[in-house]
Amino acid sequence: MNRPRWEHFAHASDIGVRGIGETKESAFEQAALAAIAVMTDVAAVRADEEIRAACHAPDDALLLVDWINAVVFAVATRKMLFGRFEVRLDGPRLRGKMWGEKIDIDRHQPCVEIKGATCTEARVFRDKRGAWIAQCVVDV
Amino acid sequence: MDTARFIHKSEYEWMLPPSGAMRVPVVIYASEELMREMDEKVREQAVNVAMLPGIQRASFAMPDAHWGYGFPIGGVAAFDADQGGVVSAGGVGFDISCGVRALRTGLTRAGIARALKPLADELSRAIPAGVGSTGRVHLSLAEMDHMLTGGARWAVKEGYGTPRDLEHSEEQGCIAGAEPDHVSAHAKARQQDEMGTLGSGNHYLEVQEVAEIYDDSIARTYGLQPGGIIVSIHCGSRGLGHQIGTDFLKKMIISAAAHGFVLPERELACAPIHSPTGRQYLGAMRAGINCALANRQILTHLTRKAFATVFPGAELTLLYDVSHNTCKVEEHFVGGERKQLYVHRKGATRAFGPGHPGVPQAWREAGQPVLIGGSMGTCSYILAGTLESENLAFSSAVHGAGRAMSRHQALHHWQGRQIVDELAGRGILIRCRSMRGVAEEAPAAYKDVSAVVDAADRAGLARKIAKLLPVICIKG
Repeated sequence: MNRPRWEHFAHASDIGVRGIGETKESAFEQAALAAIAVMTDVAAVRADEEIRAACHAPDDALLLVDWINAVVFAVATRKMLFGRFEVRLDGPRLRGKMWGEKIDIDRHQPCVEIKGATCTEARVFRDKRGAWIAQCVVDV
Repeated sequence: MDTARFIHKSEYEWMLPPSGAMRVPVVIYASEELMREMDEKVREQAVNVAMLPGIQRASFAMPDAHWGYGFPIGGVAAFDADQGGVVSAGGVGFDISCGVRALRTGLTRAGIARALKPLADELSRAIPAGVGSTGRVHLSLAEMDHMLTGGARWAVKEGYGTPRDLEHSEEQGCIAGAEPDHVSAHAKARQQDEMGTLGSGNHYLEVQEVAEIYDDSIARTYGLQPGGIIVSIHCGSRGLGHQIGTDFLKKMIISAAAHGFVLPERELACAPIHSPTGRQYLGAMRAGINCALANRQILTHLTRKAFATVFPGAELTLLYDVSHNTCKVEEHFVGGERKQLYVHRKGATRAFGPGHPGVPQAWREAGQPVLIGGSMGTCSYILAGTLESENLAFSSAVHGAGRAMSRHQALHHWQGRQIVDELAGRGILIRCRSMRGVAEEAPAAYKDVSAVVDAADRAGLARKIAKLLPVICIKG
C-alpha cells in the first residue's frame, strides 16, 4: 500500500518537494502539499475556501512544474495558504482544486515564499514498489 | 570540486580548456580552498554554458559560484547576437534584477546607540516584509505599465525619492527597451500589491556600521568613514520578476527543439537573441529590471520616513544601486575588437572600473561601487570596480556568500528564537515575523563571505573598500 505522503529533499540553496501516492494524481496532490509545507505547517491551514486551476504541458515533468506554479500563483495573488488539493489528469491537461484560507501571519508563521517551481530534479515516475513519485526543486 | 581537471593559471584563476561541444573555455576565479569546497555542479553547469551558441571568450564563474538553474549561480556569460548568440531565462534567474542598494545616513554608530530599539521597531513597521505582506502602493494595469517602462524614474516622479537618487543608480534608475506588452497578465497580477515590499528568504534591510576601511581614498570619495551608518536593501523584482522567469522558462524549453538546441539540462533553456522568443524575453526581462529598481526606490522612501521619525534631520543619500541577476547589452573587447554583447550575470555583480562611462560621474574616477551582501549577523562589503576586471570577466564580480547548508539542514540545527537572542547578545537587533524563517537563514548556514570577497579582491575582479557589520536587520 503506497500511503499518500509528501517529503522535502535537500538542495544546495533551495528546497526539493516530493509527492508520493498510489496514483499519479495523488502524487501531484502530495507534491502541492510539500510546496505549501515549504512556507508553513500544513496542519495549521484550514481548508475553508476552494480555488480552481487548470494547466497544460507537453510532458509530465513540465505539467508538475506548471501545477506547482499554479499553486504559487494562487498563494501570491490571493494571499492564501492551502491545506488540501485534488488533481484530475487527462493526458497533457490537469484540472486542480485547492482548499485553503487567507494567510494569518501570527498563526501560520509563514517563513519563506516560493518564487517558482523549477525543472531541476523535476520527474514524475513509478518507483520499484509501484508508487507514483512527483518531484521538483522550488526556488525560494 | 576536483581541481585536477583545471589548469591553475594563477593563484586565483582556474581554466578548463574547451573539449567536446564546448565553444570556449571555462574560467573560475577562486582560491584553492574555495575551489575545493565548490560543488562539482558548478563545473558541469559552466561547461554546459560554454557550449551555447555565440558565447564569447569564456564561461566564467565567480568565487561564490554554486549550483544554479542551468547557469551556475555566480556565472557570467556574454553572447554576440550576430554569431547566433542566445538569451537565457535561467541565465538571469527567477528573481530578475535582484540587487543591493546602499544609503549613507550621515549618522554614526555612537549617534544612534540611544535609539536602536525604536529605530528597529519603526523600520519593522514601515517596511512590508515576509510572506503575505502587501505594499502600500497599489497599481492599476495602466500605472503598472508606466512603472515597468519607467523603473525608479517612475517612482521618483510619483514622489518616492529625489532625482539625485537616479544619478547614483545603475542605468540611472531605468533600463531602456522594456516592453510591458510581453509581461503576462499573471505576472502583472502578482505585482499589483507587491510594490515596495522586501520579500522573504535571504532578502533584508540592514542598518550597518562601517567597521573597517581598506582604501582611504576611495572610501572618502564614496563618503564612507569608520563608525558611519549605512542602510543596505537587498531585494528584487518580487512576484512580477518571478512570474516572467516562470513564463519564459517554459516557453524556451518548448521552443528549444525548434531552434535546434539539445539541452543537457532543461533549465539551460534559451532562445536566439534574434528570434521572437528571445526578443520578447528581453523586453519582459527589462520590464522586470525596472520593477526591481522601482521597488528598491519605494523601499528607500519608506526607509527615509522611518529614519525621519526617530532621527529628524537625518539625510539618507544613495551611494549606489546595483543588480546581480541580469542580462544587459554592453560593449566589451573580444580579441581586440569592440563588440556589443548580451552579458548574463546570474548571481554576479557588474563591476565597471575607473573611467567607465556607465559609472555615475561622482564615482567615475574611483570605479563603480560593488555592493556585496552578507547574511544577518555576518558582515557585508563595499568594493570598487577595477580596470583589469574588463579583461578578467567582462567587468564582473561576486554577489554574496551563498548557502553552505540547505534550509532543511538549517532547520535541524537551529531555532529562530535562539538565533535572535544570540545576535541580540552581540548587539544586533533582528526583526522578523517568522522564527522558522530566522532559523532557515541562520548566519552559519551561509559560506564565509569574507573568503569570497578576499578572492574577488586578489583575483582583481573588484577592490575591497570597506567592511560593514550589521546593527539592525529587518528580515524578509
